[in-house]
Amino acid sequence: MSLEVDVRGRIGDFHLDARFALPRGLTVLFGPSGAGKTRLLRLIAGLDRPVDGSITLDGEVFDDVAGRRHLPTHERRIGMVFQQPYLLPHRTGQANVALAVRGSDRHARRARADELLGLVAAGELAARRPHQLSGGQRQRIALARALAGDPRLLLLDEPFNALEVPVRRRLRSMVRDLVADSGVPTLFVTHDPDEMRELAEHVLLADHGDIHELRDIEEIMAGLDDPRTPG
Amino acid sequence: MSEIDLFPLLLSLRVATIATLITTVVGVGAAYALARFRFPGRGLIEAVASLPIVLPPTVLGYYLLVVIGRNSPIGQAYEAVFGRPLVFTWQAAVVAAAIASLPYCLRTATAAISAVDAGYEEAARVAGLHGTRLAFTVTLPLAARGIIAGISLAFARALGDFGTTIMVAGNIPGRTQTMPIAVYDRVQAFDYTTAGLLAGVLSVVAIVVLLGVRRLERSAL
Repeated sequence: MSLEVDVRGRIGDFHLDARFALPRGLTVLFGPSGAGKTRLLRLIAGLDRPVDGSITLDGEVFDDVAGRRHLPTHERRIGMVFQQPYLLPHRTGQANVALAVRGSDRHARRARADELLGLVAAGELAARRPHQLSGGQRQRIALARALAGDPRLLLLDEPFNALEVPVRRRLRSMVRDLVADSGVPTLFVTHDPDEMRELAEHVLLADHGDIHELRDIEEIMAGLDDPRTPG
Repeated sequence: MSEIDLFPLLLSLRVATIATLITTVVGVGAAYALARFRFPGRGLIEAVASLPIVLPPTVLGYYLLVVIGRNSPIGQAYEAVFGRPLVFTWQAAVVAAAIASLPYCLRTATAAISAVDAGYEEAARVAGLHGTRLAFTVTLPLAARGIIAGISLAFARALGDFGTTIMVAGNIPGRTQTMPIAVYDRVQAFDYTTAGLLAGVLSVVAIVVLLGVRRLERSAL
């Protein structure tokens, strides 16, 4: 098992309770808005701290509240794509990706960035700045940046929500292929049932801050009549 | 009309430039800490750093005299290192201008850094950036317009300081007499022509700086 989560979090009145072990491959974290999906991703990334429990990745402790351990975000070596691309406006596509590449050799970092841009079909965007790009192009570069640090885990937080349907479809299949090729365990957040069906190998259900039900996609698809499952 | 002495103008530019360099390092550094970290005494630091805006310049000058005067630890340390007192030198005018202009840089830069969407920093932290690299690569460039506006305001304020400067550096022609003090000095000597000319030059510099700030604030990134 790669990522093991057993945490309680609290933000204002909202309580999050998550307990699961993330399998290899692509897992969709599915649930309505406000179910705690983004909150969970922020805890895993170390952007917020849990009030109780622990998070480990391949045995390395990310958070352990009882043991007072918290690994800072920049040391977690994970990749994340947010709902917004958050590309630096004063840097080119290539420079945005190169920032996340490890190592001190500038030429090697740029070369790796170009390679990753090619991987997300954005090679021709290397020299452009974010304001010269469409929403889909920006998210592709954000995806390349997420892959740039050789991540041990990919977190994708509704990355294609703001995009038009045909663009979303293309990017979804790109993500599916990338995850299959790289073998990096991936948690993909969505509230869109179509997106879940198209992407998921496993589904993790989020319901009012309660996240512990992990199912195979076949099980979900077979049980569409069951009122407890989304469909 | 006597020949115009350029010394006050050149001294003012030198003092304001060095003071602004100090203000930039201290002010932007402090602004980053105030905007991005929560620590005890934060409010007090902000209030004390803003005092030069509300205190009369002579009162500020008095405090500075106490802090850097010949009997103060700082004044004595300076004298031990450089072999002469700090007060009533152009270097003291730099200290006065830096203190008087600090809050203009600090407050503007703090507001600019606070306004940077934390999402950019979070995305960069996930990408492995932290500490000074995060600040210089992400936060400060995104706040650059506001920071430059603050630095410009600080420069204009440093160039125009009178009260604090005259308290700690005096009015020694050819040594510590800056532009604003020269204007005062000329008026005292009923030389209104020179006073008017000096006042005009200072005003033009101030207007150019303010127009530049306005342009920066309006320009898109």
